[in-house]
Amino acid sequence: MKNSLINQSFVNARKENRPALLTYSVAGDNTKKRSLEILKSLSEYADICELGFPHNTPIADGGQIQTSAYRAIKNGIKINDVFSIVSNFKKIKKNKPIILMGYYNMVYQYNENKFISKCKKAKVDGLIIVDLPYPENKVFAAKCKKNNINFIQLISPTTSKLRLKKIVSDSHDMIYYISMLSTTGGKLKVSAKEIIKQYQKIKNQNKSKNVVIGFGITEKTIKSLKKADGLVVGSAICKEITRSIKKRQNTVTNVINLVKKLKNKIK
Amino acid sequence: MKIKKNIPLIDQHDKFGFWGGKFGGNFIPETLKKPIEDLTDKFEKLRKDQNFLKKRDFYFKNYIGSPTSFTKLENLSDHLNGAQIWAKVVSEANGGAHKIYNATVHALICRAMGKKYIIGDTGAGYAGKMLSMAAKKFGLKCKIFMGAKDIKRQKPNCDAMKKNGAEIVPVYSGSQTLVDAVSECMRYWVSNCDNTHMCVGSTVGPNIFVKICGWSTAQISKELKTQIKQKFKKIPKKLKLINCVGGGSSAYGFWSEFIDYDKNHIELIGVEAGGPKKSLLHAAPLSRNAKIGILHGAASYVCQNNEGQIHETESISAGLDYPGVSPIHCFLKDTKRAKYTYATDEEALSAYQLVTKFEKLNPSLEPSHAFAEAIKIAPKLSKDTIIVVNSCGDAKKDRDILIERLGGNL
Ligand SMILES: Cc1ncc(COP(=O)(O)O)c(C=O)c1O
Repeated sequence: MKNSLINQSFVNARKENRPALLTYSVAGDNTKKRSLEILKSLSEYADICELGFPHNTPIADGGQIQTSAYRAIKNGIKINDVFSIVSNFKKIKKNKPIILMGYYNMVYQYNENKFISKCKKAKVDGLIIVDLPYPENKVFAAKCKKNNINFIQLISPTTSKLRLKKIVSDSHDMIYYISMLSTTGGKLKVSAKEIIKQYQKIKNQNKSKNVVIGFGITEKTIKSLKKADGLVVGSAICKEITRSIKKRQNTVTNVINLVKKLKNKIK
Repeated sequence: MKIKKNIPLIDQHDKFGFWGGKFGGNFIPETLKKPIEDLTDKFEKLRKDQNFLKKRDFYFKNYIGSPTSFTKLENLSDHLNGAQIWAKVVSEANGGAHKIYNATVHALICRAMGKKYIIGDTGAGYAGKMLSMAAKKFGLKCKIFMGAKDIKRQKPNCDAMKKNGAEIVPVYSGSQTLVDAVSECMRYWVSNCDNTHMCVGSTVGPNIFVKICGWSTAQISKELKTQIKQKFKKIPKKLKLINCVGGGSSAYGFWSEFIDYDKNHIELIGVEAGGPKKSLLHAAPLSRNAKIGILHGAASYVCQNNEGQIHETESISAGLDYPGVSPIHCFLKDTKRAKYTYATDEEALSAYQLVTKFEKLNPSLEPSHAFAEAIKIAPKLSKDTIIVVNSCGDAKKDRDILIERLGGNL
């Protein structure tokens, strides 16, 4: 998928001598309309936007993202709404890549093929399915590729050497490295040096793959990982949304300020 | 889809961990791939290791107190005036329920893997209580995840966990019951899998946890088979084995030795939680035809909406109050080897009253669901039909609920 928007975003960031910034927010948090506005404002600074389709039994998410997900579900978000948020977003930002992220049961209930064709229609660029690891994801990943959708493989500190090789060779344009043993939103408990060392092992397998690092990335930690192809910030954004709602402040403005700061740290 | 003979059901999965090609599997985050692979390798070695088996048998006998008794409920049978009702009194096991088998085996595995910390989920509090006991016995540090609603309604078991030195982590998300406890426990494991062993409290979760749990509770039917042969000289012509089903560990353990028999000879009946009579909520994915979905790392019939969001459940019995069920039971259902039905809260309560009125037995609300079915069908059956109910838990933990619901009629 050489000409994918995802690939292009990394090329652009590299030209500017910085890592790509990837943001994660939850579709429907805290309303459908608001989450679209948040997505639009995030995309002013983010190179790639990840959009979560919320599940009520998320086995790999920490408190911040859970809170966002439960809030979105409570406010009535449905899978079809997620697709329409993406469609509407793409109408005005057609070159900004969108990656949908979620749990397999939602895809399974929707029907894999139907889900993929909906993604295609909405112009979704990539998919992360948290609980569909390699090699179980082979068939699904191949279907995505056939439809020009990037299936994004995850690698973690526990991934063995042999497995890492296989995953990299099966991956598409982007690979997601989980920085530490943690659910999303955990405090970074490994040194930046150690994370970059692991990251480098993946890069060494295949330099042409874009490898992003996620989990535990905040305003405080983002700079230390600048070397990576891309950095994902999720929980910090969800946390800011929660904080803004509690303080009855404007979520959109506050989130914009946060990504602006994040972006400045890696320029 | 077909069950093979002479192979334990826990081993009848394909290389991806699916029973019948579609139930079970490993829907897990990447981080857990390695720890699960390590655990799988270790377990496959240990189950062939004579020393480990000797150790297991030693603790089953001297610590758990196997075998538990098998006894006829004479008065209840007379009263119902139909099939004979027998009970396998698994609640005699140390701690008061079948959960001790799985907990003991997990503690032994944890030791064998050189880990010092063990974590587990619990609903009724028995899985947690037993894990805290086993942890104490084998010198492990223990954390138990439990829904805040369950902490309130199963206090006696929480007291026991604390006494054994375990930390109870209350879970406030979702319905604050077992489903949320399992999720939170799995999340904790994702973050701590390098030094911590996870025990799943029933035959649910990623493939290996179904296997370890089923392998452990299978002790129940091994004992029962011997006991039935002793009492009846041979296996009776019409035998029905009735068991409550939450995750399904007690039912699988009760049935495993009998699965190869013809269903017209030995009938296997699972009873799920139907919830309050007038409520739309229940915890009966098998008997009320839920669709297949993915929950806690495995595919099974799951109470869920058509988007794949997991439904809240409702049952008077915390141990059965779970939206999913073991992939093994889905397999038994689809192959028609076992039959699944449900009992409502009210039916379980009246069964409890009837059993305790006639017998010196105090089954908790979970097995009371199984008794409800036995009481329902026994009068219509011939006297040479033998019904065995697994009385797999003791009602001490349910004291507050029973007083509240039955008051002076207790
Ligand atoms: C006494 C008792 N019976 C049954 C159950 C249900 O679990 P399972 O179906 O795995 O036996 C529980 C669970 O907590 C229990 O405590």
